[in-house]
Amino acid sequence: MISDVAQDEEKWLAAGIAGLQQNAFYMHRALDSNNLRDALKYSAQMLSELRTSKLSPHKYYELYMRAFDELRKLEMFFKEEARRGCSIIDLYELVQHAGNILPRLYLLCTVGSVYIKSKEAPAKDVLKDLVEMCRGIQHPLRGLFLRSYLSQVSRDKLPDIGSEYEGDADTVTDAVEFVLQNFTEMNKLWVRMQHQLQYHPIFILTRLALCLENVHFASLGSCLPLWCYSACESFILLADPVLRLAIGLSGLQGPARDKEKREKERSELRDLVGKNLHVLSQIEGIDLDMYKDGVLPRVLEQVVNCKDELAQFYLMDCIIQVFPDEYHLQTLDVLLGACPLLEPSVDIKTVLSQLMERLSNYAASSTEVLPEFLQVEAFSKLSNAIGKGSCVKKLSGKGKITDSKATKQIVALLSAPLEKYNDIVTALKLSNYPHVMEYLDNETNKVMSTVIIQSIMKNKTCISTSDKVEALFELVKGLVKDLDGTLHDEIDEDDFKEEQNSVSRLIQMLYNEDPVEMFKVICTVKKHILTGGPKRLPFTVPPLVFSCLKLVRQLQGQEENPFGDETSTTPKKIFQLLNQTIEALSIVPAPELSLQLYLQCAEAANDCDLEPVAYEFFTQAYILYEEEISDSKAQVTAIHLIIGTLQRMHVFGVENRDTLTHKATGYSAKLLKKPDQCRAVYACSHLFWVDDQENMKDGERVLLCLKRALRIANAAQQMTNATRGSTGSVTLFVEILNKYLYFFEKGNPQITISTIQGLIELITTEMQSDSTTPDPAADAFFASTLRYIQFQKQKGGAVGEKYEPIKV
Amino acid sequence: MLPLFQSQETIIGEVLVEPTQGKKFEHNGIKIELLGQIVRELDVPGELYERKTYPFEFSTVEMPHESYNGVNVRLRYILKVTIGRNYVTNMVEYQEFVVRNFTPPPPINNSIKMEVGIEDCLHIEFEYNTSKYHLKDAILGKIYFLLVRIKIKNMELEIRRRESTGSGPNTYVETETLAKFELMDGAPVRGESIPIRLFLSPYELTPTYRNINNKFSVKYFLNLVLVDEEDRRYFKQQEITVYRLLED
Repeated sequence: MISDVAQDEEKWLAAGIAGLQQNAFYMHRALDSNNLRDALKYSAQMLSELRTSKLSPHKYYELYMRAFDELRKLEMFFKEEARRGCSIIDLYELVQHAGNILPRLYLLCTVGSVYIKSKEAPAKDVLKDLVEMCRGIQHPLRGLFLRSYLSQVSRDKLPDIGSEYEGDADTVTDAVEFVLQNFTEMNKLWVRMQHQLQYHPIFILTRLALCLENVHFASLGSCLPLWCYSACESFILLADPVLRLAIGLSGLQGPARDKEKREKERSELRDLVGKNLHVLSQIEGIDLDMYKDGVLPRVLEQVVNCKDELAQFYLMDCIIQVFPDEYHLQTLDVLLGACPLLEPSVDIKTVLSQLMERLSNYAASSTEVLPEFLQVEAFSKLSNAIGKGSCVKKLSGKGKITDSKATKQIVALLSAPLEKYNDIVTALKLSNYPHVMEYLDNETNKVMSTVIIQSIMKNKTCISTSDKVEALFELVKGLVKDLDGTLHDEIDEDDFKEEQNSVSRLIQMLYNEDPVEMFKVICTVKKHILTGGPKRLPFTVPPLVFSCLKLVRQLQGQEENPFGDETSTTPKKIFQLLNQTIEALSIVPAPELSLQLYLQCAEAANDCDLEPVAYEFFTQAYILYEEEISDSKAQVTAIHLIIGTLQRMHVFGVENRDTLTHKATGYSAKLLKKPDQCRAVYACSHLFWVDDQENMKDGERVLLCLKRALRIANAAQQMTNATRGSTGSVTLFVEILNKYLYFFEKGNPQITISTIQGLIELITTEMQSDSTTPDPAADAFFASTLRYIQFQKQKGGAVGEKYEPIKV
Repeated sequence: MLPLFQSQETIIGEVLVEPTQGKKFEHNGIKIELLGQIVRELDVPGELYERKTYPFEFSTVEMPHESYNGVNVRLRYILKVTIGRNYVTNMVEYQEFVVRNFTPPPPINNSIKMEVGIEDCLHIEFEYNTSKYHLKDAILGKIYFLLVRIKIKNMELEIRRRESTGSGPNTYVETETLAKFELMDGAPVRGESIPIRLFLSPYELTPTYRNINNKFSVKYFLNLVLVDEEDRRYFKQQEITVYRLLED
């Protein structure tokens, strides 16, 4: 059946073309013999072929194009006639004698075009008349093509500024009015195609049967007897209108297939409508003000009012494509304001993404346009539009843009200012920039955040105020904290590390020379990173801590606290902040890292002469050590850090120091593995001997430590013997020997030649013992130690003398 | 080709009588009459030997009615020359002429505006710019669709001439459609307004004649016809007055 329809259509088209060609032939003959009357007669007959209702848009177009070509010849003829002295005004009247409206209007448009060219009447008057007369075609398909013809023949004859048809002061308005009116009418016709009721005889009959009972004869009251009816159909006179009313009200629609077909056919015609917007965009005289106040609102009014999904989507896209970017930029609020008014089914996200594509390309085209973006608050408007309730719903159920194209556009749009300004600082002024980002999905949001951070890194941009930092964190919050709906499992571990590393790098870019502002910056950063959750803190806390310590050092470098009063930035306050921050990290838990940071802080407090603070940090570190660090290896690392730090502390009074060193040695001796114990214990020896501090030289306790280390080394040796049947390495002894030598050299009176000598012998014996497992590394270590002694001896002087008695 | 006059004009002419070459022509008198109206004696009885021209003149003749050639009625103006003869039938010659009377534009010429329709089904308002048109006029107007619940296929404007002759029970009415002018193609929706511009010059109209000599009338009507998809015709007829414009 469908193929039958197609065949029939082919037949009708062929018949139409044949009729058209035949009349065109007679028309040509009339043209050749300058017979105006015949020319008009045959051209009207030729154009009558366009009155058909049997063709689909596609086929109708074919027929139209043939007629169009013939009309070009006729137009040439009219021009000739006018040149020969035939009054164009008379000609304009003459063609209107045609009885059928469609041929009449095609002819009228054709003569009208010549009329304008003749300049015997202002272009605006002729155009106005033409566009007005075209109202007579209410059939959508025929009307669309007729008006498309009008648009075609008039597009080079608009009374635009600079055109030869330019009129008086309002000339551009006239041109615009004409195009707008034609556009509006065409769009109405186009939309109407969709809603045309398609009567199918059988369908109607059943409907009629159903309706008959409801016919109210009384409703045909006496007030409206003005219509007469053909006598032969008088029985319908009464019933018919009511029936039709019933049918009309019940909204008969063809089957769904018809609807689809109509939609397809309509899409084929859309460019006829859109072309008007293109013509509009070509009018030179439309400046921004006119576009803003006159053109765009009128176009949008039509778009919104037509309430047709297909038309709205297509026309919004058209508007975006045909008009210049700078106009879009300056009318963003108007354009965006229309979005929520569109039908709910309109694919707004694609529309918006097209707009954003245009704007981002525009932004990327030149730095000069960016101030415009700022001026009109393009981003805030965009985000507002996206943010409006109704719009969000349209964007997606979750309020996130899921369309990948739209996403790309937003990324591009957001990246544009970064690339152009080479400076995130400017972008940070765009207060709604982050709101736009909110409509990205989480993944893209992160990508965008990374782009921003990379931009900062690349340009070594320094973000120097807390406001900017606040804004920046708002932008990159996708990286700084969990966004709703993010599941950790989804994130690749390496990717996560990569992200967080970039955040930590970012934190180091936040710097202000002014301590007060810097402190604010730090507080802001702290506020944000503390929301990051346990997985992020290990990455973000350390850079913050070091930023703080840097500030502390800066303050410490200044003689006086420039601010004086307590409320202002002081190292003390910073340390309080540090304490809280690290505490947060320790809760994660991340004991090793926290411990390191506490120690770092303790050292800084030491440099600031803040004993209680330093002591507090140590205490925290010790607590962590005792309660949280249970892994042996971690303990070893931690204890060495503790010892190392404690050794450098000079702020502590005797009591505090005793407590801390006592603890440290205690921890050392309690390590699990003997070698670890041994090493930690001998390291503790340094706690009692600080080179440059006279009051910190307790030779006796140094020796105690070393002796204890020796005992432990011995025990270790025996343990190995017991478990493996061979003596372990002598490495520990050699290490202890080195400590002896160190303190000996430093002048610790408790370290005597004989103890050193004894130790050397012990090692030598051990090494020669059969049961000792050969250890080339230990051998080499020992050998080089001995070489050192030899070297010192030979050096002579005070040191040489000191070493002299040692026999190697 | 007929000579053309209007009312109050003086009809001047000549009657040429030429006897057959070289023969004597005897007559009983020659007269000319404007039929139904006036008789002029051109010659007393006598003889003609050669060609003779008789000038005649009917001064400022009242001819209030225009010549009209209708279906059932004709209004003609005729000059009749009669040459009376003895013993044989008179010689009669006719010359018809045409009278057209021009009128200045009417002082009052209201537009025709009317809202019509079928309740809950179709409401339209039409407007013709005037009610009186001269023969070369154009009918301008608009049709507003106030309510449309039927599928209209097209709309046309017809010009109809109604000629009625006789009176009382012997009245004959002839209606002719002189013009069918398509105004609209397709189905309008509510709110549409369709322009009307119909030039009258291509159609052979006469002025409106009202009760001419109690014999006949010729009236003109504009008939607005809407045709629906099932070819039912809805119409509204409206009389217009047609006149012959006196041009400066």
